[in-house]
Amino acid sequence: MIRVENVNKFFGDVHVLKDVNLTVEEGEKLVIIGPSGSGKSTLIRCMNYLEEPTSGKVYIDDVELTHKNKTEMARKCSSMVFQQFNLYPHMTVLGNLTLAPIKLQGVPKEKAIEDAYGYLERVGLRHKADAYPQNLSGGQQQRVAIARALATKQKIILFDEPTSALDPEMVQEVLDVMVELSKENITMICVTHEMGFARQVADRVIFMDGGTIIESGTPDHFFENPQNERTKSFLSKILR
Amino acid sequence: MMFRAFMDGPFGPSKWMTLFSDFSEIFLIGFFTTLKVASLGLCLALVLGIVFGVFSTSNSKILRTIARVYVEIWQNTPLVIQIFFLYNGLPRFGLVWSQFVIGVIGVGLYHGAYISEVVRTGIEAIPKGQYEAAASQGFTYLQTMRYIILPQSIKIILPPLTNQALNLVKNTSVLAMIAGGDLMYHADSWSTYKLVYGPTYIVTGMLYFVICYPLSKLAERLEKKSKEDAPAPVGSDDAGKGGAEA
Repeated sequence: MIRVENVNKFFGDVHVLKDVNLTVEEGEKLVIIGPSGSGKSTLIRCMNYLEEPTSGKVYIDDVELTHKNKTEMARKCSSMVFQQFNLYPHMTVLGNLTLAPIKLQGVPKEKAIEDAYGYLERVGLRHKADAYPQNLSGGQQQRVAIARALATKQKIILFDEPTSALDPEMVQEVLDVMVELSKENITMICVTHEMGFARQVADRVIFMDGGTIIESGTPDHFFENPQNERTKSFLSKILR
Repeated sequence: MMFRAFMDGPFGPSKWMTLFSDFSEIFLIGFFTTLKVASLGLCLALVLGIVFGVFSTSNSKILRTIARVYVEIWQNTPLVIQIFFLYNGLPRFGLVWSQFVIGVIGVGLYHGAYISEVVRTGIEAIPKGQYEAAASQGFTYLQTMRYIILPQSIKIILPPLTNQALNLVKNTSVLAMIAGGDLMYHADSWSTYKLVYGPTYIVTGMLYFVICYPLSKLAERLEKKSKEDAPAPVGSDDAGKGGAEA
């Protein structure tokens, strides 16, 4: 489904991703963990070309992502949920959910609205359809952002630290939605520090540090029996 | 003695009466010409301002350079010289425009440069996260501008934009220098002809005031409003991170 091949990324002189290789299967729930600055966000952002790799290739369904097709591929293949939500503040919740389906996918307005209510129902925010993002709590905004990602009906959803900007008491409501979502055949790739979530949902966890994938395995392997020293030291700090 | 001096003085009643007897044919014609030049000029300035404002924030270096050159040249030379160039210079290249057209194009180009800067700052005020959200959904650059960025910029842009409209109205008066048929031109030529100066300029000033005062009030209100209900765009505090931070 997604194939990352020998990807390198430099920001100026900083070598953020070092020859990264990764394959994600259709429907797989992949969780990427690692200390900040390890390149995990950059990696996930390479998967929809928000960051263009300095070298190496990213394929989605065997189609190579390029500067030229990135917009079309984003439209067809993947959506993203951001740390800072990035809802469109000048539109209502409903507007946020229906903009892309109507303008990009040619869904008739009535149908798009009907669908949007369905997705809002799923994240428990149907009653907020006419609210503006700034009148919602952080947790609610992020749930709307997830509904917006769902509304375009893509097979891949990329989560870039979706709970990191939230107040602690709001983290759970967002995780609950994501856990619900994981029961479907959507490919989920999630950069997160939520180890409980990783354990519960992930088919596979990868640990990144210094721009490379250090260790990869099932949650059980990872949390019970990590092999690499750096993984161990990271987990010991974060699991406490 | 005093009375005679007043009656025959520059602001004497006879002067006013002369003025009002010619009011409609002189001032109103000029007033409406000024209105027409100003509104068409504003339309042109808005189109240019949006196009070049978007250019100056685009990723393309060529477009940015084009916008820069336009803005710097038109902002940093006097409007009078630009108008003179259109009036005296262009005919040498076989382009002869009426004063009306020169007025519209002249103030349009001049204020287009200013509006382009207004639009640019409005666009730059929108956090990077908005572009990323749009890109992640598959919006093209132009769609992103149209559906996501510009509608948010408009609130920021509107107050300074209204100020530009106001200045534009006043600046149409440079047309008087090329016999432009506008309010200032009519006032000027009529007053010279009838030797009625004081009242003429007072009334002319008032006519400009009639157009500009509501605009300045509007600008004031918009500015107040945009301060009141400008919610910090979502995630503005830390949006657009994700550069070197991973």
